[in-house]
Amino acid sequence: MSFGGALLRVEDLRVQFVTDDGVVHAVDGISYGVRQGKTLGIVGESGSGKTVASLTTMGLTRGRSTRVSGAIMFEGQDLLRASGEELRRIRGDQIAMIFQDPLSSLHPYYKVGWQLIEVMRAHRDISKAAAHDRAVELLELVGIPDPQRRVSQYPHEFSGGMRQRAMIAMALANEPKLLIADEPTTALDVTVQAQILALIKDLQQRLRMAVIIITHDLGVVAEIADEIAVMYAGRIVEHASTEEIFRAPQHPYTWGLLKSIPRLDIPRGEELIPIAGRPPSLINRPSGCHFHPRCPYAQPAHSRTDPRLEPVPDQPGHEVACLLAPAVRTRIWGDLQAGRAPAAARELAQTVPAGRGSERPPVVKEGGP
Amino acid sequence: MTKYIIRRVLWGIALLFLVSALTFVIFYLMPSADPAQLRAGRQPNPALVASIRHHLGLDKPWYVQYYRYMKGLVLHFDFGYSFTNNISVKQQIFSRLPATVSLALGAAVVWLVIGIVVGTISAIRRRSAFDRATMGGALVAISAPPYWLGLLALFLFASDIGKIKLFPGAGSYVPLTQDPGKWFTSLIMPWLVLAASFAAIYARLLRANLIEVMSEDYIRTARAKGLSERRVILRHGIRAAITPVVSAAGVDIGVLLGGVILVEAVFNIPGIGRLVFESIQNADLPMIQGTVLVGAFFIVVCNLIVDVLYAFIDPRVRYT
Repeated sequence: MSFGGALLRVEDLRVQFVTDDGVVHAVDGISYGVRQGKTLGIVGESGSGKTVASLTTMGLTRGRSTRVSGAIMFEGQDLLRASGEELRRIRGDQIAMIFQDPLSSLHPYYKVGWQLIEVMRAHRDISKAAAHDRAVELLELVGIPDPQRRVSQYPHEFSGGMRQRAMIAMALANEPKLLIADEPTTALDVTVQAQILALIKDLQQRLRMAVIIITHDLGVVAEIADEIAVMYAGRIVEHASTEEIFRAPQHPYTWGLLKSIPRLDIPRGEELIPIAGRPPSLINRPSGCHFHPRCPYAQPAHSRTDPRLEPVPDQPGHEVACLLAPAVRTRIWGDLQAGRAPAAARELAQTVPAGRGSERPPVVKEGGP
Repeated sequence: MTKYIIRRVLWGIALLFLVSALTFVIFYLMPSADPAQLRAGRQPNPALVASIRHHLGLDKPWYVQYYRYMKGLVLHFDFGYSFTNNISVKQQIFSRLPATVSLALGAAVVWLVIGIVVGTISAIRRRSAFDRATMGGALVAISAPPYWLGLLALFLFASDIGKIKLFPGAGSYVPLTQDPGKWFTSLIMPWLVLAASFAAIYARLLRANLIEVMSEDYIRTARAKGLSERRVILRHGIRAAITPVVSAAGVDIGVLLGGVILVEAVFNIPGIGRLVFESIQNADLPMIQGTVLVGAFFIVVCNLIVDVLYAFIDPRVRYT
């Protein structure tokens, strides 16, 4: 996938943490880009490296025990090679971030207005009074009622959704070009989740921001992202437009994620299918395809060969790192869509040798999201 | 808030009554000596002892004595007179108070400054040579008894007996009102000795708190806002990590204001602590009672101040 003209371009990023137990391969050679006004969704379980990648973009993983390689190009500047002071100037100004738990992310001892004013005055030469007025404006912008009063309240006096709105206001205070939202709705009620996503989408269109939204919930990015990168064990295993991910997902892990979203259009009796097993240790990663111990369709050879992210035939812009032949993948997904159990699909994977996958299967069943 | 303070003050008064009653009872159940015997001289005759006993009111039952004592205290703010030398207890305590207050508050300044600075640097530069050295030193300072540390300080640095004649030695205390310069120099060693273990405890307390706070989400937010690391640590980190230090300081200062027995004894400072020690030796009930009440009073007041202060430090705390 080409990331030319992207506002942010991450190239072959690797982040390793040296710990007493060994080297944690948190991010292992990932590349992605996001353009102005567009939204990239990064999806994966906890421990898949999605947050570390974003924190590294902000320069927040720097430390003696961290090893980083690759490049993070932001407006022509490589953030990995920027000085601490250069990064500090960009943080909170050009690139802003919001986090998962809005209560613990706001300082409990300072008023919300104070915290908003602080971020403005860290980057702009603006009087306290002007910053205060702008803080009220920002709270109004993110839909907080009675902002005049709210601005001088403490975070604990806000509800969960209001706190996340306040966090968003803080992130937007300096009109950043890129907003990174790390699980922005995970700690919130379902109804509030939808409001926050709608707010992010609306503000993005108004401010022409690029947005990276990190989540474990494909349902969240379906609403808002233009493109989706699915991460597993520190790597991107599938990358495509949102439409394509939902129309013709290629990776067994993506299937697992899709099948574990509760949906209203599925008969009530049908069970959600969880992904078996647990995320792998990032210190001792499984050999070959990192997903093979949990993959229902894994072949013996998959524990020896390490798949690379490769274009999916006939689907421009769609990349996947899977050792199953494309035809087999298409057929299994068709079966899964038809409601056949993974066990049956596994049989199918075994009947088609991996080498013969280039020919298209006779019946291709494709379903929308 | 006002309601809360009024309630706390009333509780404090009740507590002081309880403390005074307990002191009385303990004195009667477990007397350190017979006060009348002590006053009667080397070869007292029974008549003299009886007359002294009557004179001091010791021949009455304890509750009558207690009633008389409390009547004087509540109605006339009269703490009674010393059994040993007939000096007014109130006068005696107030004349001793400035020395103890000088010692306790000065030491508090020393230990808070050292504790906060060392604790902060140790937390930020964790596992550095500075951290290892100061935390090792802290262990020594906590373990060393103050009287030993005091004697060591005198042995090394006192201007009279010391190896390196640096500071005025024991018994050099001068009231602040008399000579501020001498007051200051004479208290340098006592302050450092008294502050040593507290500084160590506070440095460890702040270090542990700050390390925890620096991994909080709101510190990550502060960094994500593009604040300087200095501001992240000072305004966001320490601000949150300091609250337990404030409450501990309030309690500790309260306790010390009631008398710093060991350090006052080593440096021969005429404070409340020495008064407590002497009055217990002499079975001087009014003096014991007075000093215990003063000590309890400071503890109650300092606790109240800390609790009220807490509402200002931590906006999440609300009193009703």
